[in-house]
Parts: sequence; C-alpha cells; structure tokens
Amino acid sequence: MSVAANETQIDGGVKLAASIRDLTKHYVLKSETVRALRGVSFDVPESDYIAIMGPSGSGKSTLLNLLGCLDRPTTGSFFLGDDDVASMSDDELSFIRASRIGFVFQAYNLIAQLSVVENIEVPLYYTGRLDKSSRQRSTDLARMVGLADRLDHRPTQLSGGQQQRVAIARSLVNNPYFILADEATGNLDSVTTSEILAMFQKLNDEGRTIIMVTHEDEVAAHAKRVIRLRDGEVQVDEPIKNRETFTVEQIQSYQR
Amino acid sequence: MNIASAISAFFRPRTWKLGLKSLVLHPMRSGLTVLGIFFGVVSVIWLLAIGEGISREAQARIEDLGAENVIVRSIKPPDSGGATSTRTVDSFGVTRAEKELIETTIPTIGRVLPIREVQQRFAYNGNPNSKPVDGRLVGCTNGYAEVTRLFVDRGRFLSSVEVNGSKSVCVIAANLANRLFPSEDPLGKQIYVQDKKEFFKIVGVLKPRNASAAIGGSLAAQDFSLDVYIPITTMRQRMGDLEINRSNGSFVVKSFELTQITIQVAEVDDVKRTAKLVEATLKAGKIDRQDIAIVVPFELLEQAEFTRIVFMVFMGFIAAVSLLVGGIGIMNIMLATVTERTREIGIRRALGAKRSDIVLQFLVETISLSVIGGIMGILVGLLCPLAIELLKSITASSAPEMYASLPGDITDMRPVIVPFSIPLAFCISVAVGVFFGLYPAYRAAQMDPIEALRHE
Repeated sequence: MSVAANETQIDGGVKLAASIRDLTKHYVLKSETVRALRGVSFDVPESDYIAIMGPSGSGKSTLLNLLGCLDRPTTGSFFLGDDDVASMSDDELSFIRASRIGFVFQAYNLIAQLSVVENIEVPLYYTGRLDKSSRQRSTDLARMVGLADRLDHRPTQLSGGQQQRVAIARSLVNNPYFILADEATGNLDSVTTSEILAMFQKLNDEGRTIIMVTHEDEVAAHAKRVIRLRDGEVQVDEPIKNRETFTVEQIQSYQR
Repeated sequence: MNIASAISAFFRPRTWKLGLKSLVLHPMRSGLTVLGIFFGVVSVIWLLAIGEGISREAQARIEDLGAENVIVRSIKPPDSGGATSTRTVDSFGVTRAEKELIETTIPTIGRVLPIREVQQRFAYNGNPNSKPVDGRLVGCTNGYAEVTRLFVDRGRFLSSVEVNGSKSVCVIAANLANRLFPSEDPLGKQIYVQDKKEFFKIVGVLKPRNASAAIGGSLAAQDFSLDVYIPITTMRQRMGDLEINRSNGSFVVKSFELTQITIQVAEVDDVKRTAKLVEATLKAGKIDRQDIAIVVPFELLEQAEFTRIVFMVFMGFIAAVSLLVGGIGIMNIMLATVTERTREIGIRRALGAKRSDIVLQFLVETISLSVIGGIMGILVGLLCPLAIELLKSITASSAPEMYASLPGDITDMRPVIVPFSIPLAFCISVAVGVFFGLYPAYRAAQMDPIEALRHE
C-alpha cells in the first residue's frame, strides 16, 4: 500500500510527512497563563518511527493534541503535507483528521454499537468516501490485523489486544500521512504489547510513518528516533541506539 | 459549516441505520421515549375524530331542517295571571293570515308551508288486538315531505288534489306502521283518531327517519317516528283551531292556527336577509312577541361550524400539551444520552466528524424516536372508531342502565377520522423530534473533542 502523495520535498529527496516550526501553546487558566509548549520544532520524514517521551507536565499531551489536529497552536506552524493546519478552521481540521491522520488510542476507543468492520470504516464515513469499495478495503485491513473471522463482532466481544488491532486497522483505512499512537500499549499485558509493537514495526517496515507517545522506555526502544520533552521544549531529539526489533519469525508468529 | 454536505448526509440511509442502531442499544429507554410521542399522536387523532363525530352528528340533525329554510314555530306562552279559570282562551302562535302576508310580501321566498301538529291517539279498527298508539297528527301540504326530507317507502305522499279537496287521507311513519300493522299491509287501510272520531285512509308509508335537531330555545328535538300526515285543509275543516287535552283530571285548552310555517327561500344566499324580513313582518307592532320562535337552520349550521372549530382548537390544545410532554421526555432522554455518550462523541470528533455531523447524528436519533412513536400512534389512532364501538358495546352489555342514561349525542356518536389529522400528526411528531432534539444535539456538538476523549 502506498503512502499518500503530495508531500513536501526537501533537499536530499526525503519526503516529509509533517513539519513543525516554533510551535507554542498557551492556556489561560483564570489569571494565570500556562505555557505548555514554548517553541517546539522538528521534522517528521516519511517512514520515520518516532517515540515522544517526557514526564507529566512536559507538554507531551499538548503536543499530541496539536499533532492530532485536535487543537490549534498559539503560534508557530504545522505543515501536514503542503498545508499549514495551524490556521485552519474547526471543520477543516475535522477533514484533515479524517483524511490524513490515523489515531490509535490507549483505551482503543472503538464505537460500541458498531461491528469490527464498521468501526474500521468510520474515518472514511467522515471524509464522505464511503462507497462499495470501502467495505472491501476495511475487510482487507481486518484480515491484515488477523481479525478476518471476527468482522461482525462487537468491540465488547473482543479482547484488549484484538480491540487495539481493530483500532490499528481503523487508523490505516484513510491511508494517513502518519499514525499517531497515544500510549497504545498502556492498557495491554506484555505479550499483547509485543504483538502490537511487532505490528507497528511491520507497518513501519512497509513505509508507514508512526509517531507514538509513551512514557515506557521499553516501548520507546522499538522506535527509530526519540524526542524527549521537558518544560515545553525539546530536550533531546536523537536516533535510538540499540533499537529493539522483532525478527521476521516473531512478527509472523504474532500475526496468527 | 457545510450545509449542503450535512443535508446530503441527512438523506443517506447509513446515517439512519446508525441512528437506529444506537437506539436499539437501549431498547427500554428508547421504548419509553417513543411511548410519550405515541400517546401524544394517538390523542391528536382520537380527539379530532371524536370531535368530528360529535359535530357531524349535530350537523346532520341541523341539515335535516334544511339550510334553505326559515322556520317559524308557535310557542304556547306561559300562563299569565296565575291560576284564574278563564273561560276565554287566548289564541297564540303564527296565524294563517301571517303566513299569507309573508308569502305575498317577501320576494325572496320560494314557497311557504303551513304545518299544524297535535298529539293524538291512533288506532286501527280492523285488528282488535292492536293497541292504540300515541303519536303526532300533522296537518301539512303536499310539499312537506320534500322540504322536511321525508322519503316515501311505499305508496306516495299527499297530493295537491287531496290537500285542495280536504280529503280524509294520510301518510304514516314507518314506526307507527309497524306498531299498528304488525302483520298487514297498511296501504289502503284506515287509521282511526279516537278523540276526533275520524278515519283516514293510508296512501303511503314513509322510510324511517332520525330525530331532527332541537328547534328554538325551549323546543325539544322533533321525533318523526310516530307521525300521521294529513292534509292541513282536512285538519282545519274537521278539528278547528281549538285543542283540548285532558290531563290530571283537568282540561288544558289551547287555541292556535298553525304550529309551524316553513319558509323555503329561493336562494341560500338570501336566507339571512329573508329571516330578518320574516321577523320584522311577524313582530311588526308587537316587538316583544313571545309566542313564536324563528329558527334559521343556516345560522345554526354556521354556529355549529363555529362551535366545531372552537372544539377542534380546544381538543388540539389538549393534544398539543400531551405532545409537548412527550417532546420534553425525548429532550430529557437525549440530554442524558449525550452526557453518557460523551466519549463516543470525542472518538467521532477525533476520527474526523465535524460539529455538523454530530448534530446530525443526534438529530437523526431524536427524529427516529419521534417518527416511530408517530407512526405507531397513527396506526392505533386509526383504530379509534373500532375502539369506541367496542367500548360502547361493552358498556351497553355490562351496565345497560348507565348506557341508557347517556345522552344520545354520545351513544349515537361515531368517531370520524379527520383525514388531515394523519399528516398533521406525522408532521407534528417530526417537528417535535427536530425541536426537542436540536438542543441536545447542539450540546453534543459543542463539546471539546480533547475533553470528550478524556471523559470516562
């Protein structure tokens, strides 16, 4: 599956999935102004696998909300492809979320009254691209995450790991610029965590861009690059040395 | 907000499928909410149907009097001067002279029918077993049947020749025919009026006819079931103008020329004007005349129409209140639902739902609830006539005395489903859904997606 086109070309021929510059975010609480982000800049090249870490109060959640286009920065710019989403209206942001971002949440966040395949289709529904071929696409994705035999199940009939796999399939359905995973393994046991991380690795190997927010070093160790935040600023932005990877055999064994 | 896309999404089947799915998730809650609208719609249809039934009943009785007629009735004035045993009897009521006067002076009139009614006892001497029957002896002319909407079952009505020639012939009502001639053909037989010692040959039998509306202030509804119609000329010749009834050992003496004149107006448009002229003619020189009542069925019809509208508005108001209660029920439930589904709203917003999509989603759910309630209400509403009949027959069989004591307006009433009440009820239920759904839907859409996602 090809990653969406139309992305910014920079020197050296590496495409950028996203690019943020001098991003700040201030919250006004009563009379006090909280400066949650104080100028954050980094690029997200295509096929990158970034772990964003930081203690609570570091601005991690704020950055996640901005990356997910759920909120707008106070100043700065956020290029997603060619478009600066920092200045977009609420409806435009909704469309960007539906068409360019794949969310994976800690609590899975599936919709209870919808079946597996219907849950996968939801982003397509909100881009208005729901048609006959989308059911086929959703079914293929469900098969890819190993849930081909549970298409009509409800989320409550699935285990945590299975629900998270549905969420991953859902995040892929709109062919996003990047997958944004928020503590995606936080609710899972170690075996299931490995299963999900193996799936992320496989997707990244296939060319998917992944940004995951985590506070666990063992989870972050599976990424290619780590960004550590502290007090609203980027403290560390470096490639991960000694990256932990799954072997092809491991990935295959988890796929079953 | 992109209104065009919101509208197109509104008509997408998937939007509705999704809404119904969410409703099915809480069947008890949805069911109770639907019930509120259901009762509202049922009450709209039933109240309108019953109201229409009652007013049609009243209207039919008035229409039997003839909308083109002006009716002048004679009323016996209350005894003035107390219990003095006067030998002289004052004449009252409308007179033949007045009838002539009206006929010749008012140009808008088609014809004027004189009528004189007296209570009599009728017998059939050919059958010793038949008991005499108390009934009404009506002196009239040949036009009476047509103007009063009496229809001949067998034989014929009185002819002009018989009226002009003061013949001893009569036409009898169906009920009377059955009572006096249970096993014989009444045609050609003779009816005997005991008090007057007169025989009348039967030339026709009428079809049964319902009682007409009460005429004038103190007059009861007219019952046509035990009537005997004879030429008014014959009545005058044989019986005169004096009427003597024995009651409780004393005599009641009445003197009147005519009981009623029915003035047929040529054009219905002239009815009101003509009625005024008739009144002016009759009351010329005696403004406070008490012995006549002028009844204009056309005006009664107009009044009945007005009453009907007032009644409908009143019924509609009651129904509207019950729909309002149903609507508030829906709103209450939807507000609770919105709070409960905060997280789902957050998820949908995160996955790309616009505010308008959220509004639409909740609006579709409330409209579904109210439309389901509305359709069920319409179906049950249509059963109204059946249910009322059932109720009547149950009451009649389980509590016959109570049923008999009910006024005829209720026992004779047949609910009539008002055709416009069905689309009306449907539109109202949709409107209730939209109106009471908008605020909860707006609340849902205004939620901050980040906050909503964090909601447990």
